[in-house]
Amino acid sequence: MGSISFRNVDKVFGQGTGGVKALDDINLDIADKEFVAIVGPSGCGKTTCLRMVAGFEAASAGSVQVNGRPVTAPGPDRAVVFQQFALFPWKTVRENIELGLRNKNLPVGERNDLVASALKLMNLETHVDAFPHQLSGGMQQRVAIARAYVLDPEVLLMDEPFGALDAQTRVVMQEELVRLARHNPRTVLFITHAVEEAVYLADRVAIMTRRPGRIKEVLDIKAVRERENWDSHARIEDVMDLESFVHLRTHIWKSLREEKGFKDV
Amino acid sequence: MTSPPLGFRETMLLGLAGLASFIGLWSFLSGSGIVPAQFLPGPLDVASRFVHLLTSPFAGATLPAHLASSFQRYAYGVLLAAAIGVPLGLLMGFFRLLDDIVTPIFDGLRFIAPIAWVPFAALWFGTGIGGPIMIIFAGAFPPCLINAYRGARFVEPRLIEAARMLGTPPSRMILEVLLPAAVPSIIAGLRVSAGLGWQSLVGAELIVAAAGVGFMMVQAQGSVQTPTVMAGMIAIGIVGMLIDILLRQGEGWLRRRRGLES
Repeated sequence: MGSISFRNVDKVFGQGTGGVKALDDINLDIADKEFVAIVGPSGCGKTTCLRMVAGFEAASAGSVQVNGRPVTAPGPDRAVVFQQFALFPWKTVRENIELGLRNKNLPVGERNDLVASALKLMNLETHVDAFPHQLSGGMQQRVAIARAYVLDPEVLLMDEPFGALDAQTRVVMQEELVRLARHNPRTVLFITHAVEEAVYLADRVAIMTRRPGRIKEVLDIKAVRERENWDSHARIEDVMDLESFVHLRTHIWKSLREEKGFKDV
Repeated sequence: MTSPPLGFRETMLLGLAGLASFIGLWSFLSGSGIVPAQFLPGPLDVASRFVHLLTSPFAGATLPAHLASSFQRYAYGVLLAAAIGVPLGLLMGFFRLLDDIVTPIFDGLRFIAPIAWVPFAALWFGTGIGGPIMIIFAGAFPPCLINAYRGARFVEPRLIEAARMLGTPPSRMILEVLLPAAVPSIIAGLRVSAGLGWQSLVGAELIVAAAGVGFMMVQAQGSVQTPTVMAGMIAIGIVGMLIDILLRQGEGWLRRRRGLES
């Protein structure tokens, strides 16, 4: 189980007259095993939404709940994949992936099995003993995803996870994530400013306004994807050529362009 | 205006030129009689005294034996400073409450120079092993604490967030996240501590101690044996430099291992 709900959530940074309202009355429900992407102009507060679910930030008003319980602190039930990977540079690939399981005090045998399957899932078997700085950006992000997946979290929070990768690596990772998400569905909150990425990956896409961020519109991608059978196309570029895909993408682009401060990417 | 960086050879030559001019000026001052030789013996006199002291005892021991005795005190003092300063600094970097309690006391105490601890240290710990160790400790402790604290306090916030998200308990957070993240800063602090400790040591030995290179120098001063005093100073300089070079090597090795530089 892993549902997320934002109820009338406001977020103000700073205090008193110097305070800046970052989020204004956010309402969003994400169902169990649903993949929701939030897109919005830079600085609209989309990352703040994710950080509140993670427990890194508290809401100034309203409530953020996971499985009906208000979020109070970070925890392994809500695994985060960061844009800048946030791997521990002094730990090997195995040690990075293992840390969360050690914190759970799992028996060694069980822990090793879980690590082995996470390594296999992300094609990292040949890099078990490497340190992060010896790996490419794409490989580092694979480690970060494995570190999150191995916890079997109720929700997976991905904060522009492919933002720091080059275009080609990004495409490979997007395809892999689709493979993971379709075969082993789980609740994902995915933050991105890349419109095509959001449409390609998500079941629903929430569009935010510029600061103070509000949810402007939520689009049901899954219905279109299933109706038009996107998953019969193995490659991302084939999906992106479909008329139904282009239609959704254009709609979101237009919606974002209406927001002042939107930066073309 | 900055000039382009010099090659290794040029740097070495310039260094040698500087050293040669220094020794030349020194020879001139003592040889010409501007400064009486009794107060400023020439470089050769000092060098030959230095060599002589390597094998012949003065004030109860040879120069190497005095240095060994000094080094032992020094090692105890610096190790004690590291053993208390580093863990305390890490804990202060993690527990804000401890930071708020310790920082005001520490900020007051650290402006008392190591040499100013001498009378107190002599009263409390005597002039045997305890007093000098306490003085070295006073010199070496602040950089250990400050650098461990800064290292722990300014860890990349993303790494702390990642560790909290993974459910890392406080003890493991300190040992497996803050400590390794702070290692470069801790090593830099140890290097400063090692230098300051060595400087404080000789100050301490001038007053309290019955052996050691500082003690040897005070004895020589009493009988106006300037070459021996200066040989002691040179020995202190050489050992201090060796300690610094060794620690620099260690620091470089560690940084390379971390991938911080190639």
